[in-house]
Parts: sequence; C-alpha cells; structure tokens
Amino acid sequence: MFDQPESFVTSDGRTIGGVMMEMKNITLRFGGVVAIKDISFDIREGEIRAIIGPNGAGKSSMLNVISGFYNPQKGEVWYKGERRPSMKPFEVARQGIARTFQNIALFEGMSVLDNVMTGRLNHMKAGILSQAFWYGTAQREETENREVVERVLDFLEIQHIRKTPVSRLPYGLKKRVELARALAADPKILLLDEPMAGMNVEEKEDMSRFILDVNDEFGTTIALIEHDMSVVMDISDRVVVMDYGKKIGDGTPKEVRSNQAVIDAYLGVAHD
Amino acid sequence: MFYRESGDFSETYPADSQTFPIKFDRYRYYAVLVVAFLIIPFIVNDYWANAILVPFLIYAIAAIGLNILVGYCGQVSLGTGGFMAVGAYACYKLMTAFPDVSIMFHIFISGGITAAVVTLFGLPSLRIKGFYLAVATLAAQFFLVWLFNRVAWFYNYSASGQINAPDRAVFGHLVTGPNTDAWAKYMICLVFLTFAGIVARNLTRGSLGRKWSAIRDMDIAAEIIGVNPLSAKLSAFAISGFFIGISGALFFSVYLGAVEVGEAFGIQKSFLVLFMIIIGGLGSVFGSFAGAAFMVLLPVLLKNVLVGGLGWDTALAAHLEFIIVGALIIVFLIAEPHGLAQLWRVAKEKLRLWPFPH
Repeated sequence: MFDQPESFVTSDGRTIGGVMMEMKNITLRFGGVVAIKDISFDIREGEIRAIIGPNGAGKSSMLNVISGFYNPQKGEVWYKGERRPSMKPFEVARQGIARTFQNIALFEGMSVLDNVMTGRLNHMKAGILSQAFWYGTAQREETENREVVERVLDFLEIQHIRKTPVSRLPYGLKKRVELARALAADPKILLLDEPMAGMNVEEKEDMSRFILDVNDEFGTTIALIEHDMSVVMDISDRVVVMDYGKKIGDGTPKEVRSNQAVIDAYLGVAHD
Repeated sequence: MFYRESGDFSETYPADSQTFPIKFDRYRYYAVLVVAFLIIPFIVNDYWANAILVPFLIYAIAAIGLNILVGYCGQVSLGTGGFMAVGAYACYKLMTAFPDVSIMFHIFISGGITAAVVTLFGLPSLRIKGFYLAVATLAAQFFLVWLFNRVAWFYNYSASGQINAPDRAVFGHLVTGPNTDAWAKYMICLVFLTFAGIVARNLTRGSLGRKWSAIRDMDIAAEIIGVNPLSAKLSAFAISGFFIGISGALFFSVYLGAVEVGEAFGIQKSFLVLFMIIIGGLGSVFGSFAGAAFMVLLPVLLKNVLVGGLGWDTALAAHLEFIIVGALIIVFLIAEPHGLAQLWRVAKEKLRLWPFPH
C-alpha cells in the first residue's frame, strides 16, 4: 500500500530517513479477547507517525507493545534493523524509547525539576560511594544532567515552575512536564499516548507546536495516538488507522482521509 | 525577620542543589554542628546522656534508615526491631571474636551484615506491595527474634541467654561497658548519626534517591523511564538495613550494654521507629531527627510533669503516655500526614513574609 525510497523529503522540507522500527504481524490476545490482530507497520526515522482509530481499537495496546509492557503472542518487533527479543519496560527505555501516558503518570511527590531529572537516570552512572559523599562523579554528573534538563525546561517554557511540586500544577502543565521528562531522556523514538486529551483549543495549539518543535529541532522520531482528527491530519507525516484490532488504513493524511474503510469506521456504515 | 532569602541567589547548579541552599539555613546547620560537637560533650551528665541524648541519637539513625525504605522508596517495613537485633548480635559476635579490632569497624561491619539480611527479606517486595509486604516483614521480625533466642551460637552459649558488651575503647577512651563516661557514649553515637545523616541526605538528593521516589510515587512510570525496580527496591532495603544495623549495634553495645533479644528488639521497637517517621515526616531526613526527638522526649517530659510535678502514680502516667502517643498519631495522620517536617516547612514559608503577610 505504501512504498517509498530509503529516504525522502516531505513537502515542508524535512528529511524522513529509513525504517527505524518495524512491527511485523503483531497479534496480542488477552484471554479470549484479541486486542491486536496481525498488524504490521513501520516507523521511519525523523517522522511523526500517528496511530488513530475509534475507542477500543487497540491503539494503546499497540503503544504498550512497543514500550515493552505487553509481549505479543505472535509477531516480531524490529528496532534499528535488529529483531528485539522480549524485554522489560526499563530495558526498552534504555534502548532510547521514551513515552508519555494517556492518564498523566508523573511522580506526584516530587518537584518538576526532580521529575524531569528522573528522565536523565539512564545517563547517570555514578557509583553509590560517590553519591553517598557527593563527591567526584556524582557531583559532576548531577551538574551536567541538570544543564540538559534546564535546556528542556527552557524549550518547553516551564522553567518558572521548576521547584513547584507536581501535585500543585494544573492539568495542561502536568502534560507538558510529562513531555519534558520523556524528552530529557534524549530518546530516539518518543511515544505520546493522547498528548492532547482533555485540553482546550489553546493548550492543544501549544502542545502541537511543541511536538512539531521537538521533531524539528532534535530530529526525534515521534509516534502518537490522538483523537483530534484536525490535529492528527495537520501534524503527522503518516497515519496508521486501526479498528477492532485490525489495521484498516496506512498512509499520508491525504490518502487516509479518502480511504473508504476509514470513512466507514469513523462515520459508520449502513447495514442492510 | 527570622528567615531571609532575599539577596541569596544561586549562580551555579551545584550551589542550587546543595542541602541548604539558603545562607541562613546553612549557618544554622553549622551552628547546630558546633554546639553538638564542641559544647554538649563538655556539659553533658549521666542523666541527660542516658535518658535523652544517647537514645535520641541512636533512634535517629534507625529512623533515617527506616525513612529511606518507607518514606523514600514506599516499601512498608515492620521488621525494624528484628533488623536492629541483627546489628546488635553481629556486633556482639564481632566484638568477642576479634577483640583487637576497633569497635568502629565492628559497628560498620554490623551495618553491612544487617544490610545483607534486610536485602534478603526485601526480596518479596518485588512481588507484593503494601499490607502484604508489611506482613512479610512482620514475619522477619518474629523469625529473627526467635532465631537469636534459639540458636545458642549467637549468644556464645551464655547461661542467661543474654549478650553483654565487653569494654572497648576508641582513642584510649572507653565507649562500651559499665565504666563508660557519659560524653564518650554521646560522642560515638553523634559521630555515627552525623555520618548517617550526611550520607542519607546525599543519597536521597541524587540519582539513587530519585529512583526510590519514582518507585514510591508510581512504579509503572518509573519502569518506563528506565528504572530497574529490582535494583531500586533492593538498594533501598540494603541502605536502610545498613543504618538500622548500625543503630542496633550502638543500641546494644553503647546504650544498653546487656541485651535480651525479645525485650530489647521486640515488635514494639518496630512500631516505635515507625511512629517516629510517621510523626516526624515520611520522606524527610529532618523528619527522622524530629520524630526521634519527639518520641524520646515525650515520655521523659510526661513523666517529669505528671509524676514529678503533679505527684501522680508512675503506672498511671505510663498508661497515659500510651493514650497520648496513640492520639497524636491519629491526629498527625489526619491533620498533617507529612509530619513535623511539613509543619517546619510551613512555618518557614510563613516566616519568609513575617510580619507582613502580603
């Protein structure tokens, strides 16, 4: 359905590279319920890839397969040209895949700064003695990573709340802090599970701008799930459409919009 | 007036992430250190050392240890008494087996041994949480007390079943045994508490502390950002056990001198230390100090007021103490779940603006 050369340039001038992650014939079952049925698609380097579909289509399950929460019964996940063995979520994170959650999953007892600093944990290697006496590696590392974190805070415009406990923040800012935490990890692929759920138009605009900026400035590959069609069609390069665990469409927003199966899934189809 | 931070700017990240970023706090901390190390040792007498200062210092170490596990990493433990007993018996065995080695080493090694034992009992935390984990650690408490009672090797086959601390000196001054000076007892405990406080603070503000807090606040999200739950939880158990072991070793060798395990390290000790961190403040090193001070001072204070001041019966005063402590815990859980440390923080916030509220 979709065939493109090794790398190409989009209409707005960004370069999309080769295949970074490929899902091959993924099937995921919970007991008798088939959440994902034989789905294959790929994520290319530098693109913004959207996964859409009606409620219960299996989008979040798909993201959970990518981030290692679920191991599919059938199918293979290929990452950077290698087949990925079944992994724990923290091992997936260490390979450079960061994500945010549909329901905010921040550490409520910690400040914004500490939350975002947790995103750098995989870059901090100081031994326990060095940490215990706050000497040498631990101190140097703390400062280096703080600099990275401050750049991220600056980029997402949340420096002013860096010392505020997360539990005191409004919803929109929490979403942004969660994005900051994922971004601080310096990920190769960023997975966003409904980054704009529950936001008003203005917050959605802000978030869309941040997503585009992240992609533009850091060249981060982004895969996102979103319900707001206008946003999806606007910012994504390619879209996968799922319905009842099956893939019913895959292509550029324009192609997807004119796909009859997609229109049927979203608008309903007359049964006679 | 009492508390100023204006004109106090951090210009570097290390300056911003230090323990006391505000100059006033920093100077107060130095002042406390000076008083504790250079003034109190010269004026302390036997009553103050034995009734208040030494138990406070030792319980503060235990509270720091438990706070790392419960307050920072969110893993409930009811085995503190048993774990302190491990430190005490390890110290006893080391003191009697290697009489020529300094007791300072023995206490550190006792901490290490306790860390290993606590880590072992922490293994179930990978599968179970909350209440169920609490029950698992409760089993550890009863098992360890039973073990030290039953296996005579631990008390060197003594007829009484007790362990007694032999005389040991540091730099020529006795620190254990019945002939120890009050100031020497105080000093050795103070040195270990200072060490524990600084190490705990450094660990909890660094990357390890963030791992622990991440596990506590939301373990799923912690895993997704790359925290290995196995190593994070077990490191919390180990560090916690290290401090609890040190406190147990000091409690036996310096404070009590002779120990019968069921009496000194029973379940009530586990609860006492747990109350300290709940009242003092979960997830705060300062809270561990405050809670230990509170729980050590309260009985002494009540006794002085009720028995000494009002002439009540000692037994009545002792029972009243149970009621008051119980009521206070309920009040704290409802009114201020973050304990004395949070009250202190709120007071500081208010004092920033005092006397003008706006």
